[in-house]
Amino acid sequence: MAAPKGAAASSPAIHTVELTKRFGATVALAGLSMTVPRGEIFGFLGPNGAGKTTAVKLLLGLLGATSGEGWLLGQPIGDLKTRRRIGYLPELFRYQSWLSAREVLALHCELAPLPRSRWKEAIDGALDIVGLSDRADSRVSTFSKGMQQRLGLGAALLGAPELVFLDEPTSALDPIGRHDVRRIIRQMAERGTAVFLNSHLLSEVEQVCDRVAVVDHGRVIASGTMGELLSGSAVRLRVTGLADGQRTKLSSFGPVDDEGEYLTFTKLGPERVPDLVAEIVSLGGRVYEVVPRHQNLEDRFLELLHEEEAPK
Amino acid sequence: MPPVFVIARLTIQEASRRRLLLALVILTLIVVGFSAWGFHKITELTRPTEVQLITSQLLIVVTFMYSGVLALSAAVVAGPLISGEVESGLLLSVLARPVKRSEVVIGKWLGLAALVAIYAGGSALLEMIAVDWATGYVPPHPIELTVYVGTEGLALLSLGLVLSTRLSGITGGVIALVAWLMGWIGGVVGDIGTGLQNQAVENIGIVSRLILPTDGLWRGAVYAMEPDVVLAQLRLAGTLGRANPFSAVDPPPIAFLAWVAVWFATMLALSIWSFRTREI
Repeated sequence: MAAPKGAAASSPAIHTVELTKRFGATVALAGLSMTVPRGEIFGFLGPNGAGKTTAVKLLLGLLGATSGEGWLLGQPIGDLKTRRRIGYLPELFRYQSWLSAREVLALHCELAPLPRSRWKEAIDGALDIVGLSDRADSRVSTFSKGMQQRLGLGAALLGAPELVFLDEPTSALDPIGRHDVRRIIRQMAERGTAVFLNSHLLSEVEQVCDRVAVVDHGRVIASGTMGELLSGSAVRLRVTGLADGQRTKLSSFGPVDDEGEYLTFTKLGPERVPDLVAEIVSLGGRVYEVVPRHQNLEDRFLELLHEEEAPK
Repeated sequence: MPPVFVIARLTIQEASRRRLLLALVILTLIVVGFSAWGFHKITELTRPTEVQLITSQLLIVVTFMYSGVLALSAAVVAGPLISGEVESGLLLSVLARPVKRSEVVIGKWLGLAALVAIYAGGSALLEMIAVDWATGYVPPHPIELTVYVGTEGLALLSLGLVLSTRLSGITGGVIALVAWLMGWIGGVVGDIGTGLQNQAVENIGIVSRLILPTDGLWRGAVYAMEPDVVLAQLRLAGTLGRANPFSAVDPPPIAFLAWVAVWFATMLALSIWSFRTREI
């Protein structure tokens, strides 16, 4: 279905309606409906195998949808011309090892395609942003995985795209690299680029994203702005002396992330903390720390997955 | 530059940077050097009247080796042409650009086809110069010879490309090689049918040449290398003269050459369709 005439410029960066993908009997993505406004950083969260990469590949036309529809920058997904305005860093990033970094970027300039007069500026700019200027003429085969991921990010940035898909963009990066990527993502958003960030690194998403969707088993189980999603509170305790059987008795206090001595009740208001502590003590537990806090993305994420797995 | 030519250039660049071209050039020079020495020895060991006959037959055997090297190389290189890049993820960032899958397929075919043509032309020229220098013999149809051998390599490349859109590189390469050998054996079986004047057995050769035209092309190359005196002897031998994988009494019929063109178009169309419908 074509977008209404004249709507392309003001249309959202991404809009999908019931986008579904099945591989035989396996449902990889079950009815994805979402809208990503222009210029926003959108986090797409989910555990491994939730359908995040499938969603990105469907949106880019690398996979065909079983049913449903989607539009990128106002045009139906799969439209070749729209790809001129899109950047993509795949999760499985790999670049021509026999080329230099500069040649890989030149190849992407040519395929994008950018006018040749802009190549030098675009390539030098991308190399500078991702910190590879001093290795511009080295063969990719001599690069570490982290450097190759930086190169892929540089390729995705070429030509100031209006929409960029980053699939696990920091999986091979050290903490400095991750910090750099967050900075680059923010810079892109300031320039008006919409960023679709696929990640299971919750702190990363929490730090940069305006809006998130949480996907599990191919379904979006929650979505909204960070403020909307993280409205609850959580409590973290350090407890000893509780056997496994006794821990299950605490389930009336909501979903719990059990890390041995540390228990995090991911959805628990502060007014219930005294009752919780009393219950632990009555079960024979010894409480060393009680830290109430605002729910963070990890708390909310675990809570959502817990709700998904709980019997309906 | 249109994406199809960018992909073709990239394919040639890869072969060059990975030193495939260098390896082929060095090996070809070694083979040409040795064969020049061998052909020169013929002139010392045989009577002048026999030089042309023996040289022409030995050249057919040497050319068979070249066609084997070309077929092997084409199958091995074409096997992972698409599948290798899909498995590694190399194609993901390329296909997210405004590039059609058909452009990737045709571009890769063009790049490798150029390499096959350069190798076939270059090695044929060098070998024929060496043979001419050593014995003074030049095959009767040198251009046709080069075209037939080169087209045989292109056929293996095209078959490998089809398989590469769906199968892993090793599997596709092995299937293409086995198909090439079976095609050759099919031709030999057909020859036996000709010798025995048994139509059913002869048809095996015909069908195998239609499925994979490499043996038919090889016979074209053989015909291009046979001097008139050899052809006259083969014709005198009747059906038995045709029952030999290293001989050909007639050039490939026009209908066969037309079929080869259709076969190439079918292989390319099949590759494009197969890759278009493949999920990455």
